[in-house]
Amino acid sequence: MSDVNQSRREFLGKTAAATAGLAIAPGVMLIDMAHGRAPEDAASSSVRWGMLVDSNQCKPGCNDCVTGCNKENGLSGGTSETDSQWIRKVELKDLRSGITASLPMMCQHCAEPPCVDVCPTGASFKRADGIVLVDKHICIGCRYCVMACPYKARSFVHEELTDQNPDVPRGKGVVESCTMCVHRIDKGQNTACADACSAAGHNAIIFGDLNDPNSEIAKRVATYATKQVRADLGLNPGVRYQGI
Amino acid sequence: MTNLAKLRSLLNWKWGALIAALLAISAVSVASSEPESSSGRTPKPTIEAGKGEKCVEDTDYMRRNHMKLLMHQRDDTMHKGIRTKKYSLQNCIECHASKKNNSVLGSNENFCQSCHSYAAVKIDCFECHATKPKATVNAAGFFHPIIPPSSEGDVKVNDSHGLSFSMRQQMRGSVVDKNIAGASK
Amino acid sequence: MSAISLRQIEGRSMGYYMLLAAFGLFVLFGLGSALYMEHNGHIVTGMNNQVVWGMPHVFAVFLIVAASGALNVASIGSVFGKSMYKPLAPLSGLLAIALLGGGLTVLMLDLGRPDRVIVAMTYYNFKSVFAWNVFLYTGFFTIVAAYIWTMMERRMNAFTKPLGVAAFIWRLLLTTGTGSIFGFLVARQAYDSALLAPMFIIMSFAYGLAIYLLVLMVAFNETGRPLGDKVLLRLKKLLAVFISASLYFVAVFHMTNLYFAKKHGIESFILMNGGIYTQLFWIGQILLGGIVPLAILFHPALGKSRTWIAVSSVLVILGGLAQMYVTIIGGQAFPLELFPGMHESSSFFDGVIHGYKPSLPEIMLGIGGIAIAGVITTFAIKILNFLPASLEDKVMDAHHGAKQ
Repeated sequence: MSDVNQSRREFLGKTAAATAGLAIAPGVMLIDMAHGRAPEDAASSSVRWGMLVDSNQCKPGCNDCVTGCNKENGLSGGTSETDSQWIRKVELKDLRSGITASLPMMCQHCAEPPCVDVCPTGASFKRADGIVLVDKHICIGCRYCVMACPYKARSFVHEELTDQNPDVPRGKGVVESCTMCVHRIDKGQNTACADACSAAGHNAIIFGDLNDPNSEIAKRVATYATKQVRADLGLNPGVRYQGI
Repeated sequence: MTNLAKLRSLLNWKWGALIAALLAISAVSVASSEPESSSGRTPKPTIEAGKGEKCVEDTDYMRRNHMKLLMHQRDDTMHKGIRTKKYSLQNCIECHASKKNNSVLGSNENFCQSCHSYAAVKIDCFECHATKPKATVNAAGFFHPIIPPSSEGDVKVNDSHGLSFSMRQQMRGSVVDKNIAGASK
Repeated sequence: MSAISLRQIEGRSMGYYMLLAAFGLFVLFGLGSALYMEHNGHIVTGMNNQVVWGMPHVFAVFLIVAASGALNVASIGSVFGKSMYKPLAPLSGLLAIALLGGGLTVLMLDLGRPDRVIVAMTYYNFKSVFAWNVFLYTGFFTIVAAYIWTMMERRMNAFTKPLGVAAFIWRLLLTTGTGSIFGFLVARQAYDSALLAPMFIIMSFAYGLAIYLLVLMVAFNETGRPLGDKVLLRLKKLLAVFISASLYFVAVFHMTNLYFAKKHGIESFILMNGGIYTQLFWIGQILLGGIVPLAILFHPALGKSRTWIAVSSVLVILGGLAQMYVTIIGGQAFPLELFPGMHESSSFFDGVIHGYKPSLPEIMLGIGGIAIAGVITTFAIKILNFLPASLEDKVMDAHHGAKQ
């Protein structure tokens, strides 16, 4: 009799625990996704999206972030002179000391973007939350922004494209660059490069809201020394680097 | 001169009557021709019905205004990040992609191409936008809370969650994937 | 009032039609190239993600810069009151319009989306030099057309001076805008200088006048109209002054750059070890485009010979094209410095000199621009009175006084 009671109790206990877990789990998911905006809400300038790259974790020859980006955005991954590259690994060597470093370079999403200044139609623009994008509906393909970008972040599409990712429209004759995975972050996800790097275990790239003092990225930027590439130009990029 | 006199002599009442008759006949035939007549030289577009019961707005409204809706939506989405589904191009394609080739372009039977080719209005959208719908986990409106919405970008992540390949294919509800998986419905 | 009459050319000779046909043929080749590039994408050109502006831009910017300089002759007459230049003014205005039309056509046809030119004319970002240029270029056409009209319509002659001043100021703004396209770019070490705008202005004076001289000499030669030495020698002296001023600006630009350690990379690239760019700079821009024409024009005997004046004009034009190649393409060939003091390498050609090979469609498009300018000029001088009937010395003396 007591065995049956005991097993019944265990059964009830486990069921209760499982039910409680199922009840909480969506809540956990929701909290995790809470930083995604509702679809009808516009991007807000109270947020400033940014990325932090810990180049100490980057190894020469590792291309996980590049592969992740290419897969997400439908890039060919080719590296010929006319291929689009939204992110690339740059290998550095100090000319005097010989010390080497490796880091990913993509659109730096500057607060004062030169590409936005030079675009004649306003196709190159900065969204309220700091992401610099190309509005390909009004881009005329003049390539002035490609000339103006100090980070060589922009690519021009030289040939017709098919089978685009529906979330990432890309086409011939317009200019494109890293969008900070705007289609993902608007849903509350991470950038593809950060995800790919974490999935591979390097954890070199984190993404988050620089304006939110409680975000991981803001805490790290406030704690450790970080640098902006070509800070002397005064562009205030949203991408920061540790270890250079 | 003599040429002019000859010309004037030709312009008599017989010619005038003939011209008037021709004009009358063509006026009557134009007025009486029905928009849906199948005797025209250009074949009318065969519009494949989309999935679901109806479009987000009624047909007449859409015929006249879909371009305005798309233009407004594109600016909202691009510049403000507003991603409401109702007038989004991706959402249009979800329903209107043809069952045959899963696209809105490709032949004059596909949804967008049929009317645009008939009206000879070049579509600019698909220089950049995909013509096929996105295959998503929650295509059938099924949302499993433990499986987060996955995207193409997840690298090296095993997101089978213990479900078999054929089971996941069925959940995705994609015709193409079903054919590849060989899963029977 | 000047009794030097402006008269249409007869324009019925075989030579005239052959010239028009030849220009027309190259216009067709240019349009065909543009269609080919637009249909297949820029993959069919030599341009790539490192050198995004190629031969079409070399030709287009040259034509645009020359266009504003071609108006100089008219400005000297209307604005500075040198009456000897007044009969030369209508052709000057015509050339300005023709050259600008040719250059702009090439620029617009080279766009990645040339079907979106309407977008460029309806959506504006007023912080962009390109956006101002849309207004500066279209305004230039309007103002110069009005200016020519005041010169040709006797009743409007009183307005020639104010419109001439307006045109003069407008073209200074226009060429400043053109030079600033490059001068405003902080990213590239070859640009990023306020000096580029005035340098482009002074170069426009030289290129525009060289083209004007050539057109004048060829047109008068072929139609049998007399061109006196007075006019020719005055213009050639002016050309020599403009070439000297251009060389001065180039010298100051490079010497200043050489003073900055951070610019030593780009300077040694352009001046010493840039291969084709170094050759084009020294031999094309400086020697053939500057020193040799100066030597010819200042030479006591050669400087008075029409053939040699024509030769130096041609050399100035070639030197101008070389200068545009060095500025536009050389400036892009030199890699961007993301990490000063570090050696960079990547899959995106960081840290290496960028390669570029001009392709046939690009070159044909550029030449098509020149041909468009040629068609406009050749056709216009037939249908309207752009060319003076005679520029003989005694005619010039009688109506403008010996001192001019």
